[in-house]
Amino acid sequence: MGKTRKSAHLAWLAAGGLALAGAVAGPAVGQTLTLAVAASPTSLDPHYHNLAPNNSLADHIFGALVEMDANTRPEPGLALSWKPISDLVWELKLRPGVKFHDGSAFTAEDIAYTLARVPTVKNSPGSFLLYTRGVTKVEVVDPLTVRLTTGAVTPLLPIDLSQVAILPHGLGPEPTSESFNALKSTIGTGPYRVTAYNSGDRVELARNDAYWGEKPHWEKVHYRMIPNDSARTSALLAGDVDFIEAVPTSDLSTLRKDKRVALAEAVSLRFAYLFFDRTRDGGGMPFVSGPDGEALAKNPLADVRVRRALSMAINRAAIVDRVMEGAAVATGQFLAKGSTSYVDDLAPPAYDPEAARKLLAEAGYPRGFRITLQGPNDRYVNDEKVIQAVGQMWTRIGLQTKVDAITWPSFIGRASKQEFSAFFVAWGVSSGEASNPLRALIHTFDASRGFGSANRARYSNPALDAVIERGMAITDDAAREVVLKQATRMAMEDVAMITLYQQKNIWGMKPDLRYVARADEATHAFAVYPAK
Amino acid sequence: MSAAASPEPQDAVVAVKQETPFARFVSEYCESPVAVVSFIAVVLIVGVALLAPWISPQNPYDLAQLDIMDGRLAPGATSMDGMVFWLGTDDQGRDMLSGIMYGLRISLGVGVGSAAIACVIGTALGLIAAFAGGKVDTSLMRLVDLQLSFPAILVALMILAILGKGVMNVMLALVIVEWARFARTARSAALVEARREYMEAAQCLALPKWRLVFRHMLPNCMPPIIVIGTILVARAITLEATLSFLGLGVPITEPSLGLLIANGYQYMLSGKYWISFYPGIALLVTIMAINLVGDQLRDVLNPRLKR
Amino acid sequence: MTTWMLRRLIQAVFVMLAMTVIVFIGVNVIGDPVEILISPEADQAERARAVIALGLDKPLWEQYWRFLLGAVQGDLGRSFVFNEPALKLIAQRMPATLELALTAVLMSVVIGIPLGLYAGLKPDSIGGRLVMGASILGFSLPSFWIGLMLIMVFAVQLGWLPSTGRGQTAELFGVQWSFLTRDGLAHMAMPAFNLALGNIALVLRLTRAGVRENLPMDYVKFARAKGLSPNRVVFVHVLKNILIPIVTVVGLEIGGLIAFAVVTESVFAWPGMGKLIIDSINVLDRPVIVAYLMMIVVLFIVINLLVDLLYTVLDPRVRLETRE
Repeated sequence: MGKTRKSAHLAWLAAGGLALAGAVAGPAVGQTLTLAVAASPTSLDPHYHNLAPNNSLADHIFGALVEMDANTRPEPGLALSWKPISDLVWELKLRPGVKFHDGSAFTAEDIAYTLARVPTVKNSPGSFLLYTRGVTKVEVVDPLTVRLTTGAVTPLLPIDLSQVAILPHGLGPEPTSESFNALKSTIGTGPYRVTAYNSGDRVELARNDAYWGEKPHWEKVHYRMIPNDSARTSALLAGDVDFIEAVPTSDLSTLRKDKRVALAEAVSLRFAYLFFDRTRDGGGMPFVSGPDGEALAKNPLADVRVRRALSMAINRAAIVDRVMEGAAVATGQFLAKGSTSYVDDLAPPAYDPEAARKLLAEAGYPRGFRITLQGPNDRYVNDEKVIQAVGQMWTRIGLQTKVDAITWPSFIGRASKQEFSAFFVAWGVSSGEASNPLRALIHTFDASRGFGSANRARYSNPALDAVIERGMAITDDAAREVVLKQATRMAMEDVAMITLYQQKNIWGMKPDLRYVARADEATHAFAVYPAK
Repeated sequence: MSAAASPEPQDAVVAVKQETPFARFVSEYCESPVAVVSFIAVVLIVGVALLAPWISPQNPYDLAQLDIMDGRLAPGATSMDGMVFWLGTDDQGRDMLSGIMYGLRISLGVGVGSAAIACVIGTALGLIAAFAGGKVDTSLMRLVDLQLSFPAILVALMILAILGKGVMNVMLALVIVEWARFARTARSAALVEARREYMEAAQCLALPKWRLVFRHMLPNCMPPIIVIGTILVARAITLEATLSFLGLGVPITEPSLGLLIANGYQYMLSGKYWISFYPGIALLVTIMAINLVGDQLRDVLNPRLKR
Repeated sequence: MTTWMLRRLIQAVFVMLAMTVIVFIGVNVIGDPVEILISPEADQAERARAVIALGLDKPLWEQYWRFLLGAVQGDLGRSFVFNEPALKLIAQRMPATLELALTAVLMSVVIGIPLGLYAGLKPDSIGGRLVMGASILGFSLPSFWIGLMLIMVFAVQLGWLPSTGRGQTAELFGVQWSFLTRDGLAHMAMPAFNLALGNIALVLRLTRAGVRENLPMDYVKFARAKGLSPNRVVFVHVLKNILIPIVTVVGLEIGGLIAFAVVTESVFAWPGMGKLIIDSINVLDRPVIVAYLMMIVVLFIVINLLVDLLYTVLDPRVRLETRE
């Protein structure tokens, strides 16, 4: 909101007599919000691609049965209440008086329609079946009551349902993704309607005045996509946009002092970790060798003492402070303090290079060994900087460390083929509780039962598997949390992975705005308010 | 270059002046003070690049010598163990002065190396195409078309995406990208030259083909090739920087000037200008010096500009 | 002439075939699109479903054969990411890139040729030297860096120009264009200049080199001796001769500009097809990559044709027949 910018507008207006309001408007013009997101949504079809930017945009347009609050705890959405009436059957009471954008009333029919539509989406590279396929039967009891039967005990069904946008059954059989992008089928119950969609550039949103919940402040929202970090920050500084997501950490120190900008931050559900390949415990490691480059008969990383030493060698506070510039929280487990299944007394491992050296010697590596740490260079916040910093720290305890940062497409392909020995990744715990990383990352890889789907290290601990499986079958939230905490502790004590930090999500805005920062990375125009 | 025996008029002039061609070349080159300064600058830059391991304060590629606690220090600051960072440090605590010296090595090596290889391959093929004509010409030019129908940045992107990053891979990508431009330039220059009288005269003398092409045609084709060559050295260095910017250039642990700039770029808005600024200046000076030398070379080498 | 065109077309088809094969193999070597596209949450069963949904379970040759069958009918496949026909996606983004690239070409000619003439005619004047020095600057800095500097100065510091995006657009021939609105032009100024910078320098240097080369030639002396006005000699005779290399280079550079818009578009958040291709490479969206490259080849062949035709108009010595 610089003075110069305003006077420039005036000059243009005077010179050309053209109405610029639509294109470069600040909040002063009507009730319009111009925001910039970092990642472009790929489709307006809310069931096409399960991808954070798509879901974040869909939250404006559509509604789900259950909604997640800013701290990722479920709260009533289109369903007023939900409860299991037996191990396998859930009963949901729906919110009365809700209308879709086209004026049709929201009823139980729409739930049945939506759940039937999800599997029919063509060519989906990331289907929402993940959340709906547990439901084997949908029973419409009356227009505002619905019963869902699941094939197995599914304690997290409400959380799963929070991911599924409800569509009106009036859309007819199998609406195509194109008809959503063409705004023909883009009809929801959400606080905004789409008035224009320009893929990769912008979405224009207009307020839905018939919305059942709190009415958003902004009558219109220009939802722009600016993936380049510096461009996004400068668009905010130049006053072209009022609000941005994913403020780059490199600009944080300046922006914190800049009066033209206000920031909102929340600790994220995304944690960064190091994983160690366990498929070659008996030697033949591609990126680990002896101190003189000789092949080793067994994998040093198979020894828990070595893994512990590697963890103790890392100065997490320095990484958080120097590399992440404060936009992270050092951690020794999956979730941040305050989340469900956070283990209170599991502190981040203390930085102690001396003890790490001793532990290495005790494990039989007094002269260390050679290791290459791999990671992506374009995927996570500061990914390549973090792995360099870890490389420095490992070098200090006597490991000859090389660092290799690779573009994501080739990184993730190779990681999935177990081509690395040690690698850096991050994981977003979308459900907000530890069952999700335990099931996907820590449990032994088991394709037939869907366990360990992202366990690219192929870590395996049968005792731990049993605890995880036990925990996941408990419907009672409190009892489940106890078991999940136990499993978390076991995983961390065995150093199944080295957890480094939780990221912080940071939004930047003009000083006369405020935002309710969220633990998931979603950017919601309806949660942006004038500051006073 | 025994000039006296040559039937070419230019060489005959040389013989009259009683001067070796090289001495004449040097004296003509030195007519422009800017060119002389640029030449000295190029020599100095090449010297720094070659001697970097012995004269730089730090080995910026050795992780053991870096400490993130020294990261992003302003120029003139002192490290925790007393070393002075004259040009500041980057986010990994890398001394920018050392980083620039080592970065020069890589940038120059990649830029000059790839342009030189591309020039030799491209010019040879271009001359062959122009002179052989017929099927050879057609198929070679189709190859050039094929090559040029993939825009440089895309070809390089594809190659590096498949091969992975690394200095040799970047060079390979740059050679593949640039040879066709040399070939096209050499061919079109040769096509025009082929119609000039001296070529007809030479042909009448029934000189061997290779002699015609390399002894008579090539020197006359050189000016446009040198122009394009200097442009392409600069472009190779810039392209390498751009590839690094897109995350596909040289490895992050061994940054070139381009990668140093790319890394510092994200700190520009927050006022930590030195991470990007000084490597930028080094790059700028290097390329300007190369271009100025190339400019003067062209003026000197171009026989038609002589009075 | 017709056979010459026909031959070009057949060659173009072969070029495209070769390229599609390279892309199919290349994408296959780089990685697995499903790995990148699928939600990290997905389990193994969901992954297997996605592989089948995208047709990636078939052997590579069969995928290629299906692609060819589709391509013959004008269907280049559907984007893995957007679930829309790849051609349609590119067609949607193309106007933005085209107007950016063509504005850049226009800028490089309008700025480059006069400056080059000046520097060529007065090579030893201070102005001439300054122009040459500036032209070297034009080459010397990476365009992404210049782009950011432009944003820093003109958008953040001075607030004269908007920093990113395409601004208001207006419709012409059913397509949205930025150059038709004042706001759109303001948005286009910086990215177009950024993109043009290298080419301005290139055109300038070529023009200067051409002038310097042509001035001592006999035909200039002859024209002067005939008593033609100096302006006529320079602007008609000399300019006509130096236009040949300039037309060639500018023509050839259009393809390069369109491709290089990749960088400019990502710095200025310009929603063109360059940004689309970078995004597509990042997620291995093969149908879009293939379709984009095919478009580029077509575009390039058209440009080459036009350049060749212009070449014959400008330089009667080079006849098309001799180029066969």
